[in-house]
Amino acid sequence: MHGLMDPLHPPHLYVLFHKYAYHAQQFEGTMFARGLKRKSAEDGEDVEGGLAGTQATPSYSLQRQSLLDMSLVKLQLCHMLVEPNLCRSVLIANTVRQIQEEMTQDGTWRVVAPQAAGRAPLDRLVSTEILCRSVREQEGEHPAPDGGGRMPGLVPGLSAVPSAQALRSPQSSLWEVDSSRENRGGFQKSLDQIFETLESKTPGSVEELFSDVDSSYYDLDAVLTGMVGSTQPGHGSGLQAFTSAATPPPGSSCRSDLGELDHAVEILVET
Amino acid sequence: MVCSSILLFLYLVEIHLLSKEFSTVWCRPQPRAWSLSPGIESHIGLPAWSLLLPLPMSLPFSLFLLPKEDQDLSPIRNRPILQHTYLSCFSHYSARKLATDIISTVEFNHSGELLATGDKGGRVVIFQQEQENKIQSHSRGEYNVYSTFQSHEPEFDYLKSLEIEEKINKIRWLPQKNAAQFLLSTNDKTIKLWKISERDKRPEGYNLKEEDGRYRDPTTVTTLRVPVFRPMDLMVEASPRRIFANAHTYHINSISINSDYETYLSADDLRINLWHLEITDRSFNIVDIKPANMEELTEVITAAEFHPNSCNTFVYSSSKGTIRLCDMRASALCDRHSKLFEEPEDPSNRSFFSEIISSISDVKFSHSGRYMMTRDYLSVKIWDLNMENRPVETYQVHEYLRSKLCSLYENDCIFDKFECCWNGSDSVVMTGSYNNFFRMFDRNTKRDITLEASRENNKPRTVLKPRKVCASGKRKKDEISVDSLDFNKKILHTAWHPKENIIAVATTNNLYIFQDKVN
Repeated sequence: MHGLMDPLHPPHLYVLFHKYAYHAQQFEGTMFARGLKRKSAEDGEDVEGGLAGTQATPSYSLQRQSLLDMSLVKLQLCHMLVEPNLCRSVLIANTVRQIQEEMTQDGTWRVVAPQAAGRAPLDRLVSTEILCRSVREQEGEHPAPDGGGRMPGLVPGLSAVPSAQALRSPQSSLWEVDSSRENRGGFQKSLDQIFETLESKTPGSVEELFSDVDSSYYDLDAVLTGMVGSTQPGHGSGLQAFTSAATPPPGSSCRSDLGELDHAVEILVET
Repeated sequence: MVCSSILLFLYLVEIHLLSKEFSTVWCRPQPRAWSLSPGIESHIGLPAWSLLLPLPMSLPFSLFLLPKEDQDLSPIRNRPILQHTYLSCFSHYSARKLATDIISTVEFNHSGELLATGDKGGRVVIFQQEQENKIQSHSRGEYNVYSTFQSHEPEFDYLKSLEIEEKINKIRWLPQKNAAQFLLSTNDKTIKLWKISERDKRPEGYNLKEEDGRYRDPTTVTTLRVPVFRPMDLMVEASPRRIFANAHTYHINSISINSDYETYLSADDLRINLWHLEITDRSFNIVDIKPANMEELTEVITAAEFHPNSCNTFVYSSSKGTIRLCDMRASALCDRHSKLFEEPEDPSNRSFFSEIISSISDVKFSHSGRYMMTRDYLSVKIWDLNMENRPVETYQVHEYLRSKLCSLYENDCIFDKFECCWNGSDSVVMTGSYNNFFRMFDRNTKRDITLEASRENNKPRTVLKPRKVCASGKRKKDEISVDSLDFNKKILHTAWHPKENIIAVATTNNLYIFQDKVN
C-alpha cells in the first residue's frame, strides 16, 4: 500500500491550493464541460511533451488531475482542522489512492527506474511538471534558463520555498511508488533541509546549514553538479559570502548554487 | 342521512361544550413542563378544541359521512399510508425553532409518547404527546415541550490539545420500567445515562423548617404535625445517573441498546465497545478494525446496531459499503463476522466517487428483526438477513445527483450522513434529502413520495403537497430543477412514531412533526 496518504499527516500543498482554485472554475455548471476546450488547446504541446505514453484523452486526465488536486487540498484542510473527521479523511485518501493507481497504470505517474546519478532525479522532477503545468500556463510563459533572472513559472506572489515544498510532496508521492524509496527519501530530505535552512536562517549561519547535512547531501551534490555545468558564471558572486565561514566541502561549485535560493529552485524546476 | 347529520351536529355541540370546560387544562398557551429554559418558543399547535370546527370544514368527520363501502375503517396504524387516498396527506402539525443550534439527532421513545432531540450545543429537548381525550380514534395529541436539559458540555482534551465537541450525536431511549424515563445520550467521547422524572407533589408542613426553607428555632415548636404531600405544578427533572467516559479514542457515531435491556454498545470510527448499563468504569471491546499501521487505514465503522430480538447479534456498517453481522457468542472479540452483506458494484456506474457514495451512513433493523435497512449517499437498501449477496429492495433517493457528484465532492455535500427509519409496521421507510425534502417509500405498493418540510406550510392541518425534482430537460410546472436545489437545507435526521403515523423531521434548526391526514 502506498504510504503517502496517511490521512492524519497529509503533505503541505500551498501551490496545489492555488491550482485547485483555478481548476475549481472549471466545475461550474456541468461537470468538466466548460473551459475544457480552452485548456486543451493550451495543453497541446505540453501534453505531448509531458504525458508521453498515456492513452487517456487530455480531458479525462485533466479531470483526474483536478480531482487529485482537489482531494489533496481537502486532506490538507482536514489536517488544519482541530480534529479531523476520520471517515472523511479516509474516503478522500482512498480516492487519491485510486487515482494514483490508475495513473500508475496509465504510465502518467512516472514510476521511476533505478537511479542513475544525475539523470534520474531530473526525470522525476520533470514529471512534477505535470502538476505545475497548469499554473505555469496561467502565467503564460515557460521558465527560461537565464542567468540571474527571477525564478519564473511558479506562481508569483508565493515565495520560492513553499513552492519547493509543494514540489516536494508530489515528488514524495512519486517516490512512494518507487522501489528504491530510501534513496529518494534521502534526496528529498536533503532538499528539504536546504530550503528550510535557507529560508529561516541568515547567510551568516551557514555553518549550521552544512553541519546538518549528512552523507545524503552528496546526492544533491551529484544532481547539482550535473546542472552546474550549464549554469552561468554569475553565481560565483554568491559564493563569496559563504567561503569565509564554511569549511570547504566537496564539490565547491555546487555551493555556489546554494548561495542563491532562487537559482537553485529554478534549476531544479526547469528542464 | 339527515338523521345522522343531525346526530353528528349534536355530537359536535356536546363535544364543544365539554371541551370548553376543559379548556383551562388542555389549552394552555405555555408549555406544560416547568423546567423550561428561556428562549425556546413553544410550538404553534392548535388548542385541542379547535379541532372541532363546524361542518363542512372539519375534515376528521368526513369519515362518517361517506358511504361505508369506500372507506377503510381498519385501525390507522395498519393502513398503508401511501394508499391512493393518502398519498398527499401529511399535514403540518407543529414546529419549533431553535435560535442557534442545529438539531443533530431525533428519537421517539418506545411508546411514542416522548420525542427527544439533541442539538449541536449539547442540549436535549424532550417533547411529550398530549394525552388527548380518546373519543375519536383518529385524533392524536400534539407534542409540547416536556423537558430541556444540558446533556454535554464542551470539553478540552489536554493531552491532544483538542476540543471535544458537545454536539449530541445520538440519543437512545431505554424501555420504561417505572415512572421515570431513561435515555442514553452521547457526544464524540462520552455517553451519559439520564433519568427524567416528574414531580407533581411536594411535602409541606415540616416541623423544623418554614415553608420558605428557613430553619425554625426548636424551642419555638409547641406542637408537632406530620408533613403531608400537596400537589404542585408539574416539574420535570433530568439527572445524570451514569457517565460512561474514556473508552473511545475516536468519535462515537452510534449507540444501541441491547434487547436484554442491560447492555448496550457504542461504536466509534474503529472500535465497538460493549457496556453494562450499571457499570461505568469498564467496557469490553468487541470489534477493533484499527490496523497496526495507521497509514494502511482504508475503512472505518460508520454505524452499528443491536438486533431487536437476538441479544447476541449486532451489525456494523463501514465506509466501503459493507455490513457485517456478528455473533457475540462466537468469540470475545468479534473481528470475524458471521455474515458479510455486500452488493457487487455496478460496473456501468463506476467512477472515482463510487466508494464515497457507497459509504453507509446509517443502518437500522426493522422492528420484526428480519430485515435491515442501510442508507448510502444516493439510495436506501433493504437487506434480508438471510441473504448476503445483495439487498432485496433498493430505492433511489435522489438519483438526479449522480451526475453532480463532482460538485458535491467539491462542496463536501457528498460526505453528508443521512439517516433513515422504518415505520411501526415496517411497511414504509423514510429518509431525508436536500432542499428540505424528505422521501418515503412504501415497500408494499412500491410507491414513493417526496415532501418538503418548510415554514411555508405553516398553518397547522395544511396538507403537504408532493414535490418533484426534474432531473433534466423540460421542467414541468411545480417541478424543481436540480440546479435550484438548496444544498444547505438538508434533512439528515428523521424519526417515525413506533405505533402511529406521526413523523418527526429535523431540518437544520427546525423540528417538524407531521401526521397523516385522516380521510
